[in-house]
Amino acid sequence: MKLKLKIWRQENATAKGSMQTYSLDSVSPDMSFLEMMDVLNEQLMEQGIDPVAFDHDCREGICGSCSMFINGEAHGPDRLVTTCQLHMRKFKDGDTIYIEPFRAKPFPVIKDLVVDRTAFDRIQHAGGFVSVNTSGNTQDANAIPIEKADADKAFDAATCIGCGACVATCKNASAMLFVSAKVSQYALLPQGQVEATDRVINMVKQMDEEGFGNCTNTGACEVECPKGISLENIARMNKEYLLASYKA
Amino acid sequence: MTKLNAHIPQGPIADKWTNHKNNIRLVSPANKRLIDVIVVGTGLAGGSAAATLAELGYNVKAFCFQDSPRRAHSIAAQGGINAAKNYQGDGDSIHRLFYDTVKGGDYRSREANVYRLAEVSTNIIDQCVAQGVPFARDYGGLLDNRSFGGVLVSRTFYAKGQTGQQLLLGAYSAMNRQIGRGKIKMYSRHEMLDLVKVDGKARGIITRNLVTGEIERHAAHAVVIASGGYGNLFYLSTNAMGSNVTAAWKIHKQGAYFANPCFTQIHPTCIPVSGDHQSKLTLMSESLRNDGRIWVPKKKEDAEAIREGRLKPTDLVEEDRDYYLERRYPAFGNLVPRDVASRAAKERCDEGFGVNKTGEAVFLDFAAAIERYGKEKAHVKGLDENDSSLVQKLGKQVIKAKYGNLFQMYEKIVDQNPYETPMMIYPAVHYTMGGIWVDYNLMTTVPGCFAIGEANFSDHGANRLGASALMQGLADGYFVLPYTIGDYLSDDIRTGAIPTDSPEFDEAESNVRAQINRFIKNKGTKTVDYFHRKLGKIIWNKCGMSRNKKGLQEAIAEIKALREEFYKDVFVPGTANSFNEPLAKALRVADFLELGELFAKDALERTESCGGHFREESQTLEGEALRDDKNFTFVSAWEYKGGPSKSKLHKEVLKYENIELKTRSYK
Repeated sequence: MKLKLKIWRQENATAKGSMQTYSLDSVSPDMSFLEMMDVLNEQLMEQGIDPVAFDHDCREGICGSCSMFINGEAHGPDRLVTTCQLHMRKFKDGDTIYIEPFRAKPFPVIKDLVVDRTAFDRIQHAGGFVSVNTSGNTQDANAIPIEKADADKAFDAATCIGCGACVATCKNASAMLFVSAKVSQYALLPQGQVEATDRVINMVKQMDEEGFGNCTNTGACEVECPKGISLENIARMNKEYLLASYKA
Repeated sequence: MTKLNAHIPQGPIADKWTNHKNNIRLVSPANKRLIDVIVVGTGLAGGSAAATLAELGYNVKAFCFQDSPRRAHSIAAQGGINAAKNYQGDGDSIHRLFYDTVKGGDYRSREANVYRLAEVSTNIIDQCVAQGVPFARDYGGLLDNRSFGGVLVSRTFYAKGQTGQQLLLGAYSAMNRQIGRGKIKMYSRHEMLDLVKVDGKARGIITRNLVTGEIERHAAHAVVIASGGYGNLFYLSTNAMGSNVTAAWKIHKQGAYFANPCFTQIHPTCIPVSGDHQSKLTLMSESLRNDGRIWVPKKKEDAEAIREGRLKPTDLVEEDRDYYLERRYPAFGNLVPRDVASRAAKERCDEGFGVNKTGEAVFLDFAAAIERYGKEKAHVKGLDENDSSLVQKLGKQVIKAKYGNLFQMYEKIVDQNPYETPMMIYPAVHYTMGGIWVDYNLMTTVPGCFAIGEANFSDHGANRLGASALMQGLADGYFVLPYTIGDYLSDDIRTGAIPTDSPEFDEAESNVRAQINRFIKNKGTKTVDYFHRKLGKIIWNKCGMSRNKKGLQEAIAEIKALREEFYKDVFVPGTANSFNEPLAKALRVADFLELGELFAKDALERTESCGGHFREESQTLEGEALRDDKNFTFVSAWEYKGGPSKSKLHKEVLKYENIELKTRSYK
């Protein structure tokens, strides 16, 4: 396959960026999207051009590092995959592909396609945990049976990989899907009940302070989420938040 | 010369850990506030250690090269975590887990460490559940288990095919709580580039900020290395792209012995290589072997027809299939340990029975499981068990609930539907049992420098059993190191903060700067990946699933030559003071090029076959691995003496007082 790539290049956080055009021959349909980027970078280095910086690590769709906006969609045209799992067979010979970073005010660009997502970590610091020490004296794991349906739902929410596709996709740059996934995981489990009030209030407060926008229920986040995190979680968080506000 | 003393406590094995905890020195809560600890790496071992040390009251500085601690590669572990809970009532116990782990490791691990691992395994599950880790449950609301390779009980706890993710996010949440309290200071996108020793003790590290390129000094009273394994030595592995040996290698060069470097695990069920562009390999969880049956065609002409696309695997009748694991190992069948399964796949493919284009793949088939589950489900629902389309539908639903995400992953990569046609799999490098030598307290031969998780060598011998890596990472981090480190730190309560303006820090920093400048100024012609790929090929071909004297000698010479070429001709673009991934990679590959030689040297030295290390010169008439207990019941601990060729071998003799050494048989 022959491709034309239009890629966002930006030297660092303060520099002005722009789209640059590169062409690439002999792309195999069996390559992953990031392997195609590897080939491009090898070619650029041979030409004495600085390689394109992008985040990536596990390359199997679970670490949440990769974060490209491809042809106007987070993680590209395929559904339920991250960029590293997207394969070139989803494109056609002669295609022009637009590649941009995840854009949102709370995700400043570090270089090219690499953005700073530490805002997500700070939201987790505010309440994304159960306060239990590693004493080794906690009660037996089977002491509290949990209904399978709840355990499964908690698991589904907990599979969020923190990639930020929801934020990049949302016209408001809202992080509600991300935050609600963590709030829901704990809300659905007995272990999370004790701190439920503080958790949702503190996490939402931090989310607002980081500059993420509000949710207007367009549902785009759910469509683009590589892990299929459900909008239901946002509804659950809103309920938790309302209850917590009354309590507080 | 450092004397190798494992500091194993006296007494019966079941009491060692309790007695040891009762006798080691403690640091009072008030004094813990005066002590700083550095933790490098935030996977299961590092993340859990950082959180626990901070809970105890120490001031922790944690480092990771990823943009967030949540992305450490523990996240990719799929199948599960072992614990001797015996919830299934199938005869499991601490002793049995201990026994299985020592046997699975082919009698090359340290008894006392393994027993302790089995002992604390039950605490891990309790702790994780208390943290809100959503393990799989049955309809009664209790925790579910599955069985894994090399054992005869169901002791593996799991969260679909994402157990590592859920456990890591649990450790990450424990870290977050401490970061929020200010007890952990987190440095993400930072790479450790050297260890600083003051008066012979580990007192700090030099790091590079991967965003700005800044070289930083960090001091502490102890340094914990939890930087994972070195599987990326092979270039292609199931490790993450960034996984590297640098932190471990730097402490090795500062005096920490490196143990059993050649003990590598080649995992039997990975997606086969598709072409030269391949950047990494993807694992398909071993849990799939619970329900999948592994086979190749019985006749070579059928294998050839399948390779050329003239014959579909589903068209091949039962009599023409060779379920070679069930045939060779009737007792364990498809659930033999990983090393045995991998070698058996290689043997079939080398004989010409491989089933993909390159001839390096075997089938993992779920048709029988789909039918079995479908019938069971139909029976439970009172439906017609003989309605084959209904049985298929119900059976696929069960398989989807168990392995859905793995099947989806396979389909995305290979573009084939594994519900309809058997998966193709082939072994790939997955885990390294070897690592930094540590004593019972998990301290290296450098005082004050500890190594935990995959980075150390201690618990898995020559082969690791499935679902034991997660167990070891969390055992070390949550329940072992936080106790044992106190014994060492109790001498430091009056030391006060360690200054970073000492000559030792000056020297370490200037060495790091010199190495970076050397790469930036070296206007060579070849990229870093060129060298890494080449190194990987040498290691895979000559130090891979089977090894022999001639190949290993060649590997040593070739790696040496490649290393020289690397320093002469590598090209690193960009500057030192910016985000520069090729530079970060060059620094990592430089260390792989040294480790690779030691790896081959270690494999050459060990003329026996054991676990994942198969020496062709040492096998039975049936082609099974032949151990040499008389001459090799020891840990090879290598001391750095200025270069891998000069490294000196020390032996820690392994004593088996509770388990009798036997030939491992899974027949």
